[in-house]
Amino acid sequence: MLTKRIIPCLDIKDGRTVKGIYFENIRDAGDPVELGARYAAEGADELVFLDITATHEQRKTFAELVRQIAHHISIPFTVGGGISTAEDVHTLLNAGADKISVNTAAYRNPALIDELARLFGSQCVVVAIDTKFEENDWWVYLNGGRIRTQTRAVHWAHEVVDRGAGEILLTSMSHDGAKQGFALDLTRELATTLPVPIIASGGAGTMQHFLDVFQQAHADAALAASIFHFGEISIPELKAFLKQNGIPVRD
Amino acid sequence: MEIAVIRYHAGNIQSVLFALERMGYRAHVTDNARIIRSADRVIFPGVGEASSAMSYLKARKLDEVIRSLTQPVLGICLGMQLMARYSEENNTPCLDIFPEEVKKFSSEGGLKVPQIGWNQITQLHSPLFEGVKDGAYVYFVHSYYVPCCAYTIAAASYGITYSAAIQRDHFYAVQFHPEKSAEVGERILRNFIHLS
Repeated sequence: MLTKRIIPCLDIKDGRTVKGIYFENIRDAGDPVELGARYAAEGADELVFLDITATHEQRKTFAELVRQIAHHISIPFTVGGGISTAEDVHTLLNAGADKISVNTAAYRNPALIDELARLFGSQCVVVAIDTKFEENDWWVYLNGGRIRTQTRAVHWAHEVVDRGAGEILLTSMSHDGAKQGFALDLTRELATTLPVPIIASGGAGTMQHFLDVFQQAHADAALAASIFHFGEISIPELKAFLKQNGIPVRD
Repeated sequence: MEIAVIRYHAGNIQSVLFALERMGYRAHVTDNARIIRSADRVIFPGVGEASSAMSYLKARKLDEVIRSLTQPVLGICLGMQLMARYSEENNTPCLDIFPEEVKKFSSEGGLKVPQIGWNQITQLHSPLFEGVKDGAYVYFVHSYYVPCCAYTIAAASYGITYSAAIQRDHFYAVQFHPEKSAEVGERILRNFIHLS
């Protein structure tokens, strides 16, 4: 049976992980390769590496880091952050990334999604959508949540799938950081109406929250950062809990 | 041990090379028929689309080379599908090493296509799976599949039960990505390299 995926997200700044601090017996918790390998060994199903300071000059450094990650880690991983052209994607996939995620650039130039799907296949094109609940609806935000658009998240999600996105990474800014659980309503709406997997992100605080997003909202995968980095939830423990509650997970 | 990884334009093969390197093997990435024929093991990887991949192989006569190989060959993902007789993906005649037809998953009943993620392989019966537990998890990304047939050596279920792996004589093929399947995948690659 296809399993639900648990995905730790590592933010990268200047080639170092931000917030990665808890692991014992790890030589350098700021080293994305070592931290990623540790998560892989603990049973993470995939990893996401987000280059949060991606500027043109730094992209080469990031590609080299992606190469290192691919060399050492034997589970799939997605890279994102500042990707805006097919050439960026080509570089990162050639360095060994399995998927890339696009966000603001895809919104500014939606034809980018079609182009990436045609050139590289939908299976490696993840579209990240950051969204906030305001005035009774979910709105798309850009530039790491700094710019609000007048586009409804549900509308945009359908468009990106029509254009060839293979997965959606859905982050609720209304829930992110609050540790009160994922955005169940929106996740459910997308997961049950779109023909591609939905990765839910934002709001995980307890193991029950993961169970809820799989059981009630039918998410295909759940992503979290700080609760894993700070050791508040360990992946083996989380997977055992989900399994006990009838969620198919890889053990 | 000389390992050739067939170079063709479909998808990125870097992950396969890295996986082999982690196991201590260096592979030649090549579309040179002489090097492919003389290798001890041949890996035929691929992520991509069937008809353009077949056109590319034919233009370089690699289709004939692959069919005529006599050493152990391992097709991965699209590589597996191209070893069938025919693929529904853009109605593509393929290499016909396995006389089977590749079909597309039906999205009826809400099944998400492509299948992306970790799924179980069962009914394992081949030296390729020596030491791998029935029900082990491996990583799949695909929209097309080879139905269960006389050559099936591992099955998986996604809406229907289909071939996760097939074998005919020295030709082996897996639908999943052993290079992305953690320890289980590494074991399968190692088994392939150590086939007697």
